[in-house]
Amino acid sequence: MLYREAGQFKTSYLADQAIFPIRQDRIGMAVIIAGAYLLTLTQNDFLLNAMMIPFLIFTLAAIGLNLLTGYTGLLSLGTGAFMGVGAYACYKLTSLFPDVNVLVWVVASGFFAALVGVIFGVPSLRIKGFYLAIATLAAQFFLEWCFIRVPWLYNYNVSGAIEVPTRTLFGIPVTGPTATAQTRYLIVLTIVAVMTWLASNLVHGRIGRMWMAVRDMDIAAELIGIRPLPTKLLAFAISSFYCGVSGALMVFLWYGGAEATVFNINQSFNVLFMIIIGGLGSLIGSYLGAALIFILPIVLRFVPPRLGLDIQAATVEHVTFMIVGALIIFFLIVEPHGLARLWQIAKQKLRVWPFPY
Amino acid sequence: MDLLYSIFIDPFVQMATAPDLLAQTLWEGLVGGMLYALIALGFVLIFKASGVFNFAQGIMVVFAALTLIGLHKLLVQNGVSNATAAAYLALLLTIGVMFVLAFAVERLVLRPLVNQPDIILFMATFGLTYFLIGFGELVFGGDPKIMITEDLRLPTGAITYKALGGLLSLQRLDIAAAVIAAIMVTTMAVFFSKTRIGRALRAVADSHKAALSVGISLEQIWVIVWFASGLVALVTGIMWGARSDVSFALEVIALKALPVLILGGFTSIPGAIVGGLIIGIGEKLAEFYWGPLIGGGTDSWFAYVLALVFLLFWPHGLFGEKIIERV
Repeated sequence: MLYREAGQFKTSYLADQAIFPIRQDRIGMAVIIAGAYLLTLTQNDFLLNAMMIPFLIFTLAAIGLNLLTGYTGLLSLGTGAFMGVGAYACYKLTSLFPDVNVLVWVVASGFFAALVGVIFGVPSLRIKGFYLAIATLAAQFFLEWCFIRVPWLYNYNVSGAIEVPTRTLFGIPVTGPTATAQTRYLIVLTIVAVMTWLASNLVHGRIGRMWMAVRDMDIAAELIGIRPLPTKLLAFAISSFYCGVSGALMVFLWYGGAEATVFNINQSFNVLFMIIIGGLGSLIGSYLGAALIFILPIVLRFVPPRLGLDIQAATVEHVTFMIVGALIIFFLIVEPHGLARLWQIAKQKLRVWPFPY
Repeated sequence: MDLLYSIFIDPFVQMATAPDLLAQTLWEGLVGGMLYALIALGFVLIFKASGVFNFAQGIMVVFAALTLIGLHKLLVQNGVSNATAAAYLALLLTIGVMFVLAFAVERLVLRPLVNQPDIILFMATFGLTYFLIGFGELVFGGDPKIMITEDLRLPTGAITYKALGGLLSLQRLDIAAAVIAAIMVTTMAVFFSKTRIGRALRAVADSHKAALSVGISLEQIWVIVWFASGLVALVTGIMWGARSDVSFALEVIALKALPVLILGGFTSIPGAIVGGLIIGIGEKLAEFYWGPLIGGGTDSWFAYVLALVFLLFWPHGLFGEKIIERV
């Protein structure tokens, strides 16, 4: 009833092409953003630390992978490693140049990830599909090996782990053990929101059209004048940039320290599941998928004790695995286009409610 | 110069001066490669018949091995006194379980997803992988198990003999594994080229629609193929389990079968075997002769990088079918 576009006339092409052409969408978006920022006021550290911050960080990684897999059609299993490149680059940069603001390095580390991504993306011109997916496994395992065997990357620490130093912004600590959850949440939220906005502009513009043309059929795309190699490499670069920033955020603003195992193959799969369940080729899908895959295990861990059931932690973990696996199959059967499509269907139904169509 | 010497000359000098070590490394690579080839074979079977890239093959190996051990334990506890009899009974039951798995996968995963793009089916096998990991750990527990090698009457111990100016030591088990693998591959090759079902299977691989229109039941073929790759998984699981513990840590090793597939091509059974041997031997040689130069541990990524280099020259693998794309 409230969700009606009747009476909203568009008098220019610009208005017609807007990302949110319906007024209610714009209002809803504003409410969501305002609500997200209002969460900063909460004193509930668990909510921010264990749910919102990682959710946003995973969303960023999922957007990165979605740009590559969902929009350009290049399947990648190296997301974890690209996140690792970002994290280690940020760590090296901030320990080499401690006076520069750490947030500059968080963003700059994305460029290192982009560079590495381009190098491993070069074979994508000749190989595609599953062959490419396995080729990106080379990136995953080789980079993981580098994180362990190149001690320069972790400043020759005996533990082999990276420890995040305390860095401040306007005198307030933003990283390290003294930074409050509220500060870190605010920073993560801002970075993720800005980067989502950038990604949205990218995929709605010329570059996004080029990516989608390559995804739908790369030979046809080439025939209409899209150069495949620069397009694919650009997708690899931007996707790795997003993954790199998300990796840096993960270590600097969430974990506060990490070992190479954080960026192992399971992390790559995790992000891949997020975009499958959320919806390939959809930004809102990245959010929904990250929410489902990340928050589901937490909920599963907390529900049985509330119900008075006494289940061992290991059992819960195994059941979580089973449920995630079954959910993936279930979603693929019911809606191969993911939660994002369900969201669209729901909106469409609302628009014409109470009529069926 | 020193660096170049230690990369390009020194390893070969070592190989020439100690041929017994070289032979030992080659043999170990061969055995490792054979196990990769067996896993890759399971992938190829399913890919050829249904176009599904079955990511769960590695987990099926672990799952089959765990089921065998679990059933054996159960049988021994419930009064089957003869351990060997129990082992073979468990083997039969495990084959049954693999059949049920194949049937369930066909009914619950493949049939609802028929006619979907390849990538969706690939993702579905991801889901299957996670489900099997959770299910396996729930039923059998997460701790590493020991394979019932002796109860299955597989030969153990090592043969050592003098050759090439040194001692060569071959595990009896590895020899048995090689023989069993060879028998299995031959049987499959005959089965797929000579029998009625084998021909039907190749027809399905060529075109689903054409096969359906001449009266071949897709459902039946899929169950058979998944069952066949389940059997391959069981044999691989036994062989692998006998060399190390059985646990879900094997999953990472099972991923090694993927570069093998790239090397050989997704659609070729000989390709899977040749690819497996190249990867296995290359990996061992690289780790033994060049690994120490860069700090060791190269076997975690060498296979993938080797496959990547191969891909740049043969984008469809060594034996893969060339895909012709039309607009």
